[in-house]
Amino acid sequence: MARARTKFIMGGILVLGTAGYLMATSIGDTGMYYLTPGELTAKVKRDSTFYETGVKMGARVVPGTIERQPGGRAVSFNVTDGSQTIPVTFRGVIPDTFTDSVDVVVEGRYNRNGTFVATTLLAKCASRYENAPDKYQSTPAYKASKGPAA
Amino acid sequence: MILIGELSLWVALLMAAWSATVSFAGGQMRRSDLVASGERALYATFAFVVLASIGLWTALLTSDFSLRFVASYTSSNLPAVYKFSAFWGGQAGSMLFWCLILALYSAITLFANRRTNRELMPFVTGTLAAILIFFLATTAFGANPYARLDWIPPDGTGLNPQLQNPGMAIHPPNLYLGYVATSVPFAFAIAALITRRLDAEWLAAVRRWSLVSWLFLTIGITLGMWWAYVELGWGGYWAWDPVENASLLPWLTGTAFLHSIMIQEKRGMLRKWNVTLVVATFLLAILGTFITRSGVIESVHSFAQSPIGSWFAGFLILAIVVTAFLVATRLKDLEAQAELESMVSREAAFLYNNVVLVGIAFSVLWGTLFPIISEAVRGSKITVGAPFFNTVNIPLGLLLLGLTGVGPLIAWRRASVANLKRQFAVPVAGGLVLGAAFFALGMRDGYALVSYTLAGFVTTTIAQEFVKGVGARRRIHGEAIPIALLRLIGRNRRRYGGYIVHFGIVVLFAAFAGLAFKKEYDLSLTPGSSFTALDPYNRSWTFTSQGVSRYEELNRQVTAVVLEAKRPGMAPTLIKSEKRQHVDSRGQPTFEPSTEVGILESLRQDVYLVLHGVTGEETAEIRITFNPLVWWVWYGGIIMAIGGLIVMWPQATRSRSGRREGGYVVVMQPAAERPPVEAGV
Repeated sequence: MARARTKFIMGGILVLGTAGYLMATSIGDTGMYYLTPGELTAKVKRDSTFYETGVKMGARVVPGTIERQPGGRAVSFNVTDGSQTIPVTFRGVIPDTFTDSVDVVVEGRYNRNGTFVATTLLAKCASRYENAPDKYQSTPAYKASKGPAA
Repeated sequence: MILIGELSLWVALLMAAWSATVSFAGGQMRRSDLVASGERALYATFAFVVLASIGLWTALLTSDFSLRFVASYTSSNLPAVYKFSAFWGGQAGSMLFWCLILALYSAITLFANRRTNRELMPFVTGTLAAILIFFLATTAFGANPYARLDWIPPDGTGLNPQLQNPGMAIHPPNLYLGYVATSVPFAFAIAALITRRLDAEWLAAVRRWSLVSWLFLTIGITLGMWWAYVELGWGGYWAWDPVENASLLPWLTGTAFLHSIMIQEKRGMLRKWNVTLVVATFLLAILGTFITRSGVIESVHSFAQSPIGSWFAGFLILAIVVTAFLVATRLKDLEAQAELESMVSREAAFLYNNVVLVGIAFSVLWGTLFPIISEAVRGSKITVGAPFFNTVNIPLGLLLLGLTGVGPLIAWRRASVANLKRQFAVPVAGGLVLGAAFFALGMRDGYALVSYTLAGFVTTTIAQEFVKGVGARRRIHGEAIPIALLRLIGRNRRRYGGYIVHFGIVVLFAAFAGLAFKKEYDLSLTPGSSFTALDPYNRSWTFTSQGVSRYEELNRQVTAVVLEAKRPGMAPTLIKSEKRQHVDSRGQPTFEPSTEVGILESLRQDVYLVLHGVTGEETAEIRITFNPLVWWVWYGGIIMAIGGLIVMWPQATRSRSGRREGGYVVVMQPAAERPPVEAGV
C-alpha cells in the first residue's frame, strides 16, 4: 500500500520536475526584459551587450511622429516615457488601435545607431474598452474618475 | 428608474452586510431566527441588485448621457443590442454585472437548499453575502456606473468597434457566469470547514455548481478564441495573453476538481486536496478579474489602470488568509479514509490527471505573473511569451490527452493484467494505426504525430466504451441501436457525458496540432492580378484581386478588397476583407480604423484574408493565411459544452427498479472487474 503511494509520488515528482525544468530553461531562453525607454538607455550605458539583445519596451507614442509607409505595412515613430525618447521602426501588421499618444509595447532590438527595430507592435488604448473624447478628458469629473494615475 | 437603480445599489450593499452578519452569528449561536433573517436579506440583496441593473439598462437604452458610463460606452446611433451589451463593455458596468450574477446564484443556492444542508447553509449564506459585500462596495465606491458628468454631452463616444460583434455581446457574460459560479463551491467549502462537516455531503452540493462554472468557462473561452480569431485579424485564436490565461486558470483547476471529486466519492481519499482545489479555483477566478481590471500586468486586453486593483488585491489576501487558517485548524478532519493501493488503478490515473492539470495551471500562473515576480526579486521586469507556454504546456498537454484515454478504461483500486489487455488492445492499435497513417502521408512534425496518435487512441477508447455499452443494452433489453445509445447516455449521464467531453478535448488537440502546419503569405495585388500559393495540403490556390471598393454602411465607412479564390476541384469563391472607419451621429470619425477579416472556412483549413491597407488607388496590401483545422476548435468547444450539459442534466430521481439515484449510478458490486456501469466523469 505504502509502496503504491511512494511510486505515485515519485511519478508525480518526475512529471512536475520535468515541467519545472522546462519552465526554468524556457524562461532563460525566451524571457525578455520589459523596459521603459529610460531604463533601456540606462541599461545600454552600463552594459553595451544590451544593444542587439531582444527586449520589450513599453512607452507612449509621441504625437505627430508617426510616419506610415504607403500600403500600411511599415511605420516609424518616436516613443517616450517622459525621460527618454527613442525612435522606433516597425514592419508588419499595424494594429487597429495604433495611433498618436497610445501606449505601445514593442518587441525587438535597440540598434547602436539609436533606433529601436521592432518585430512586434502591440498598441493599447488608455483603456481598450474606453474612448473618452478630448473634451471629456479635460472635465474634472473625467480626471477624478481616472484617478491620479492618468 | 435610473434614480431608483442608483439608490438600490446602496440598499443592496446594506442588505448584504446585514445578511453576512446575522448569518454567521445565527450559525454560530444556532439561532434559527437569525439564520432565516440572513437568508431573507440575501434574497432582498438580489432584488435590489436587479433593480440597480434595470436602472443602468434603462439609462443605456434611453441614452442618458448625463451618466459618465453611458456617455463613454454608447452613442445615440449605436444599435440597440450593443447599447444593451455595453452594460458589461466597461469597467463600472461589468462590476455591477458581476454583482448581478453573484446575487442571482446566491438566491438560487438558497432556494435549492431551503430544506437541505441546513447545518451548512448559514455559513454558505454568510460567505456568499461577504463576497457580495466586497463586489457591491467595490462597485459603489470604486467604479460606480451611476457616476454623473457635471455636464450633459450631446452624444456619447460610442462602443469600441471591436466590441461591436455578436461574439463580444455574449462572450463576457459567459466568462462572468463561469467565474462567479466558483463562488458557490467556495462558500460551501468555507461552510464545511467552519462546521467541520467535511464528509462527502458538501461535495454533492457543490458538484453541480462546479459543473456550471466549468460549462460557462468552456463556452466563454471558446467564444473568446472565436472573437479574437474573427475580429482581431492576427490570424490566431490564442496568444497566451494574461487575460486569456486568467480565464484558463480556473478552468484548469475546476477540471481537476471534477475528476478528483470522484475519488473522494468512491474511495474517501483526497479530502484536503479537494478543499484546496475548490478554494484555488475561486481565488484564481478572483485573480483573473483582478488581472483584467488592475493593469498590474501588461496586457492588450486591460481595462483602464484603476484604483479598484488594490481593492481586489486586498480581498484576495484576506480570502487566502481566512482559508489557510481554516484548513490549518481542521487538518485532522480532513484525513483520508483510504490509501492508494496500486499504481495501475483508476485512482492513480485520476491523480496523475490532477498532477498534470495543476502543473499546467501552475506554469501558466507562473508565466503570467513572472513580470511581477522578477521585478520583485531581481528588480527588473522580465516577460515571457508564447514560446515559454508552448515549451512547457505541449508535453504536459499531451500527457493529459493520453491520460484521458487511460483513466476511464482502467479499474478502480487495482487493475489486473487481464483487464488491461482486454481494455487497451484495440485503442492502442487504433492510435498506432492513425499515427502511422499520418506519418505515411508525409507528416514529420514530432509533436503533431504524437498528438494524432494519442487522439486516435483516446477516440478508440471512447468508441469502444459506447460500443460495449450499446451491445450490453441490446443483449439485455433487446433494443435497437439508436434507442440503446440514447438510453445508455440517458441512464449514465455522468459517465457518457464525460466521454463526450473527452471527445471534444480530442477534437481540440487535433486542431491545436494543426497549427504546426500554418502557412502565411504577405503580398500586394493590383486589380486583376493573381497570386498562386501552396496550402498545407500541397494544393495550389490562385487568388485574383477583384479590386478595391469604398462605400458607406450604417455607422461606418468601409474600404473593401475582394479576392477570387480558386483551386483545382473547387468552384471559384469570393473572399472579402474590410477596413472600417466608424463614425458618430454627426459623421465624424470615431476610434481607429478596424479590420474585418475574410475567412473561407472548411473542414480541412481556413483561408484567412486580412486587408492591411491600400497603396495608391487600387493596390491592396494583404496577408493570406492558411490555418489548418481551425474549424475543429469551435466544434471541439461545442462538443465539450454538449457533453457538459449531459453530465449536468438532472438524473431522473427514480430508475425503473424504483431505487433512488443521485447524480450517478450506485453500484453494489465489489470494485475491480465489473461491467461498465460505474460513474464516469
